[in-house]
Amino acid sequence: MQWLKTILREAFGLFVDDGWLAIASIIWLAFVWQLLPRLPVPAGWRGVILFLGLATILLASVLHRAHRDRAS
Amino acid sequence: MLVYWPHAGPTALAAFFASLVEGVEALTVVLAVGTVRGWRTTLLGTGAGIGVLLLAVAILGPALTWISLDAVRAVVGTLLLLFGLRWLHKAILRSAGVIALHDEAAIYARQQQALRGMHASATRWDTVAFVLAFKSVVLEGTEVVFIVLALAAGRRGLLWPASLGAIAALAAVALAGIAVRRPLARIPENSLKFVVGVLLSAFGTYWAGEGLRAPWPGHDWAILGLIAAYLAVAAVAARLCRWRVAMTAQAAGR
Repeated sequence: MQWLKTILREAFGLFVDDGWLAIASIIWLAFVWQLLPRLPVPAGWRGVILFLGLATILLASVLHRAHRDRAS
Repeated sequence: MLVYWPHAGPTALAAFFASLVEGVEALTVVLAVGTVRGWRTTLLGTGAGIGVLLLAVAILGPALTWISLDAVRAVVGTLLLLFGLRWLHKAILRSAGVIALHDEAAIYARQQQALRGMHASATRWDTVAFVLAFKSVVLEGTEVVFIVLALAAGRRGLLWPASLGAIAALAAVALAGIAVRRPLARIPENSLKFVVGVLLSAFGTYWAGEGLRAPWPGHDWAILGLIAAYLAVAAVAARLCRWRVAMTAQAAGR
């Protein structure tokens, strides 16, 4: 079973390094998919809003990491 | 076959750069194993690893066309986005000096030292060399296979540009490795990772948006806009991180 654990860990590690970044990105995708169409936002703006949210999440994640690693 | 060049060009480029980075990392281990343990079984392990990866592309590539395009775009786009953001996140932190740069020469030296400590094989067949070369090629190559398949999954006809980009990069790495017989430490790996992170994040965002019914202004051309936008965000993020590191260091010094 050790080999299976290793494969699963490697596969998970391909997509997730910073857990907060991955979870926040998935939550934002879910919001754009399920909730954004119910809000009074023109359909043509949904893609732009998707990008802006992801860019903000990335920025917040790297700044948090920079602060945390240097402070510790 | 209809090829959409706003996608085909960046797709081939993304596959090329990503495969170049992974190829360089695999080459470092293969060279270390080959020089210490001998070339015969090392090259057999490398060949077996490449065979497994080609088989994966041959099976999974056509299999993706059996699933509905919207579902593929949503799932593969999300995975590609997570994969790309992970690369970009690390590349920004490396360029800001928060985490250490990837050093192929140091990895090569460490690998050689570890291999010298192991018992030499009494026969012509060296299991250690075979397993290490095979594992290194499969581990790094799995990322190449994922990138090629994910980049190609969004639209029919993109498997060829993605595959050609990857094959060109791996051929270039192999030829350079044969020529210099040293790790390719001069390749600006960290800058390449920055560019690859930008490209993969842009493609992942585009395909996830298409799959989740979030249309893009400019349709196919939006991919070029996303590449430019992620590049700008990453450059600003790297500057802000450097500033934050300097401020934290200053505060700690007081």
